[in-house]
Amino acid sequence: MIKKDTWVQIKKTILEPEERTGNIPEETKKVPLLMWVKGHLQNDANLGDTVEIKTLTGRYETGVMVEANPAYMHTYGKFVPEILEIDRLLKKTLFGGESNE
Amino acid sequence: MNNSYEAVMARKNEIMRKSVGIDYSLYEKKYINFDYEQMMNDCGFELDEIRKIQADSGVGQTPLKECKNITALARKISKPGYGARIFIKDEALNDSGSFKARRASISCYQAKKMGYKGVIAATSGNYGAAVASQAAKYGLKCIIVQECYDSKGVGQPEIIEKARACEAYGAEVVQLSVGPELFYKFLLLLEETGYFNASLYTPYGIKGIESLGAELIEDSIKLTGKEPDMVVVTNAGGGNLTGTARGIQQVTNKKIEVVGSSVNLLGLHMASDTDFNKKSFTTGHTGFGIPFLMNPDRSDVPRSAARALRYINRYVTVNQGEVFFMTEALSILEGIERGPAGNTSLAAAFSLAQELSEDKIIIVQETEYTSAGKHHQAQLAFARENGICIYFGNPQDEIPGKSIVFPEDISLLKAVDLDLEEIKEKYIINHIKGLKRMTKNDVEFLSKETNTSIDFVEKLLKQKNIEVEA
Repeated sequence: MIKKDTWVQIKKTILEPEERTGNIPEETKKVPLLMWVKGHLQNDANLGDTVEIKTLTGRYETGVMVEANPAYMHTYGKFVPEILEIDRLLKKTLFGGESNE
Repeated sequence: MNNSYEAVMARKNEIMRKSVGIDYSLYEKKYINFDYEQMMNDCGFELDEIRKIQADSGVGQTPLKECKNITALARKISKPGYGARIFIKDEALNDSGSFKARRASISCYQAKKMGYKGVIAATSGNYGAAVASQAAKYGLKCIIVQECYDSKGVGQPEIIEKARACEAYGAEVVQLSVGPELFYKFLLLLEETGYFNASLYTPYGIKGIESLGAELIEDSIKLTGKEPDMVVVTNAGGGNLTGTARGIQQVTNKKIEVVGSSVNLLGLHMASDTDFNKKSFTTGHTGFGIPFLMNPDRSDVPRSAARALRYINRYVTVNQGEVFFMTEALSILEGIERGPAGNTSLAAAFSLAQELSEDKIIIVQETEYTSAGKHHQAQLAFARENGICIYFGNPQDEIPGKSIVFPEDISLLKAVDLDLEEIKEKYIINHIKGLKRMTKNDVEFLSKETNTSIDFVEKLLKQKNIEVEA
């Protein structure tokens, strides 16, 4: 159970596939337009429940609760070793090889 | 109230008028022309006033830095005596980390002056954090509407980071999956809140960049004793280029070549749910650059103040691999770690510098902040996860959505010219479609819009059998 007033994220369908505008690619037209927004939970509820939240600007939105205290999990990703090869190429061209660096 | 898609779109003009405070109909003239300069003048904000507002709000007066090692690298592969001096305007040092703070500063100042309680902007770019940051200074509430995820909920790393930045400045972030109907939710939010539409494309959003154009000239004179010969601008919606060129024109009479540059994303559809996460650049690319050049009024206001075709002298593309490569070069050779999208113009400048003699000056007019997600390392890792092939070879072989190609030899890094003449012709043809007659003012308008001669326009009109009223 997630308590009222917890900071949560909800997900909501804004347009069903059949409501979408005509002027878009097929792969987009066959999926709904979705929205994610964060706010304070207005009543005790569980993840997956349809809930109401109050957003930072004081608006109310309803949708399916997907996360409580949603975290920032983005990173620099798995290391891409080609970047070191770029460095080697740059320095070799500019300085003419390791012995000149 | 009926909030169906059709009903909301039908209320578009009314919602816009209330949320921007500009009556665009005042500038509309018979048959197709509108008075661009009048619209720009009526909004006020002379250069000195812009500078004062920005100085008071953590924006502007960023340092211009000479990239001596990158210049030296360009000279290694140029013919003797060639390789212009490359300078970079470190716009990442504005509050919120990009030149977009300049645009946001005037929009938020205006919103506060007009008594709005808050601001809304539809943007997946650095403009979100810029508006959020400026709104924080003015005590305005702020909502940023982003296109962020595909329908499976997989987000673009750099847009996720931008959402975090917006939230760091206290904004509410509304995130949507892929599709142009974002505009529908945007209109609903404007209507619900009564906030100011801090569009990138109002006169305020463009005037704010004029200070950047002016600074480029002044900084160049301070550092080198002379004005630059070429300014390279990353081009997407056209505002950056328009504002920069207008600013330049206010402080010098010298004809400085203004070059637009975009990342080549040819073949990827901007409204495609499946293409969305196959691209490594979410802005500064041809998917925005070319359509907005051809039709600036496709923006979120009735008449865009960003009209790049009026000001652009040359338009080049660079590939994703080339921009990542130069982003790494900026870091490893100059000790300046910055976000990749802003370095689109750096990659172009590196190639263009080789066409100019050593005594010439070329300015890259922006950088942007970098962070988790918004970094070439993060974008390359994400590309690899999405099955994009990353290798060294000839960048001209890169296929957007399938490969990212780093130059195996630095001389292979080449900006590619787009045919501006053809773009201008298409612009005119698109705008005269279905017309039988036009006024002389229309002809003059098309000539100004495309920076072409009256003769050029009249020739096209004759071909299409359009009569010009006496």
